[in-house]
Amino acid sequence: MSVLETKNLGIAFGGLQALEDVHFSINEGEIIGLIGPNGAGKTTVFNLLTDVYMPTQGVIELDGNNIVGKKTYQITQNGIARTFQNIRLFKDATVIDNVKIAMNSQMKYSVLAGMFRLPSYRREEKAVSKRAHELLEVFNLDGYAHDSAKNLPYGKQRKLEIARALATNPKVLLLDEPAAGMNPTETMELMETIMLIRDKFHVAILLIEHDMNFVMGICEHIVVLDYGRIIAEGTAEEVRSDPKVIAAYLGGE
Amino acid sequence: MLGISRKKKISYVVNLAIVILLYLVFTMLIRQGIVNSYYSDIMNMMCINIIMAVSLNLVTGLLGQLVLGHAGFMLVGAYTAGLFTIHSGLPLPVAFPIALVLGGLVAAIFGVIIGVPALRLKGDYLAIITLGFGEIIRVIANNLTITNGAKGLYGIDSLNSRHNLTAMFTYIFFIAVLTIFISFTFGTSRHGRAVISIREDEIAAEASGINTTYYKLLAFILAAFFAGVAGGLYAHQIGLIDPSKFDFNRSVEILVMVVLGGMGSITGSIISAGVLTILPEALRGFASYRMLLYSIVLICVMLFRPTGLLGRSEFSLMKTVDKIRGAVKGKKQDPASNKEG
Repeated sequence: MSVLETKNLGIAFGGLQALEDVHFSINEGEIIGLIGPNGAGKTTVFNLLTDVYMPTQGVIELDGNNIVGKKTYQITQNGIARTFQNIRLFKDATVIDNVKIAMNSQMKYSVLAGMFRLPSYRREEKAVSKRAHELLEVFNLDGYAHDSAKNLPYGKQRKLEIARALATNPKVLLLDEPAAGMNPTETMELMETIMLIRDKFHVAILLIEHDMNFVMGICEHIVVLDYGRIIAEGTAEEVRSDPKVIAAYLGGE
Repeated sequence: MLGISRKKKISYVVNLAIVILLYLVFTMLIRQGIVNSYYSDIMNMMCINIIMAVSLNLVTGLLGQLVLGHAGFMLVGAYTAGLFTIHSGLPLPVAFPIALVLGGLVAAIFGVIIGVPALRLKGDYLAIITLGFGEIIRVIANNLTITNGAKGLYGIDSLNSRHNLTAMFTYIFFIAVLTIFISFTFGTSRHGRAVISIREDEIAAEASGINTTYYKLLAFILAAFFAGVAGGLYAHQIGLIDPSKFDFNRSVEILVMVVLGGMGSITGSIISAGVLTILPEALRGFASYRMLLYSIVLICVMLFRPTGLLGRSEFSLMKTVDKIRGAVKGKKQDPASNKEG
């Protein structure tokens, strides 16, 4: 049973059809790679899934419910979390606060309870603090919990962003170029982390990446976009040998 | 973990003790006549400015939005409270607290009215909208009959009487303390964290499941409420309010306090509100050079501490004690040299 499914998804910016007839589905625990040349519309797909842009056609179904038209924060609360191509952390907040902020919608205490430190505040803050530490531990970030996020090294900032996305309890995790700017060792480490996330948190992962070794090594299923259309999909092997994909990347006749 | 929570508790108790001690010392000084009414008025104004600065810090520091019309909310609160005590017919000790709450609430309602459209914008644009609001409110107050126009509203009684010189101080002081307390606890609750996340990165906040519109409005309304209460206190403190007291300069004055203290730092706002209230008075001896010196001080601070006095960090008694302890290793520590801002 697919967690996330898009049908006939598309968006036009004025006369420019940026995406057309994009359809794919992800099952729980599946890792799907979204690749394509620059400007193919990969990040736009993410932006449609999270309502940064409103699709001009098609539907996005999360657990069978259409989420088109919902606000970004509602979509996140419903179970789609994402990271960004250029890291967007809450830089001046501490590492653990970054995670706690993402857990905000799972907390219930009122403004007054927070102001006057009522029992509900203490109880929920304690629980959230524990969960946040546990989550950081998975990413080996617990030692940095009280440092400012901006002071983390680059690779750890990427990890923190993933941890923050997971803190929202997602069903689907969207990773936008998670390996960008990483050296081969860090990339290897990231691949392991992503496998771990899949197994430990039972999420479906949709990722955009240019590092082909990374994509081919980790994704069970790959979707190739070019000029806003899906030109090929399948396993790493199938995609690699598809003439249309080769043409898109290397230029064809 | 246990150590941290115990330390927190000690720090709460110490801060509470200092607050009570400060209060007792000042009331005693006033009662004994050591502090005359001129100085106690300055002290009251200082506390009112602290409320204004700390509340503006919620929006400017925590939410990271520039607001240039904070005096507008103060005006709303001042007139609401003043009109209520004049016309309600209730005895002043009863009417006063109600007037304050009412002033705060009406200001908060104005916060909603301004906030809903204005908070779609950010930065410079929001600054200009709030600037416009502040001016509109002032012009309206200048032209209505109920506000008595430019002549101002007079006959707002002070709680102080010949027998009780400290009634106003008590109210103002403890409301200032409450404002500080609430803005601190708010800032460290889940709601405060959500507000901070908007300051840090609005897109990421939204993607982390934060309803940014709601939290922006929340910070804005809270700030407006406290500004309204401060306005109510101000009206009863000086007894005569007219719209020109709440003009653009006033808004800027409060903003300067927040920026100078360090945007996002509550203790910074408190310290700079205190200093900037006293400074113009202390410089009275220099007559017409007064404002010149005042401006030079501002320029110097911004040149040498561009992030404001404390940046985004908070002054904490416990941390300072820890630091001194670390510095004077082995020696017994005398805590008498520490001061609470």
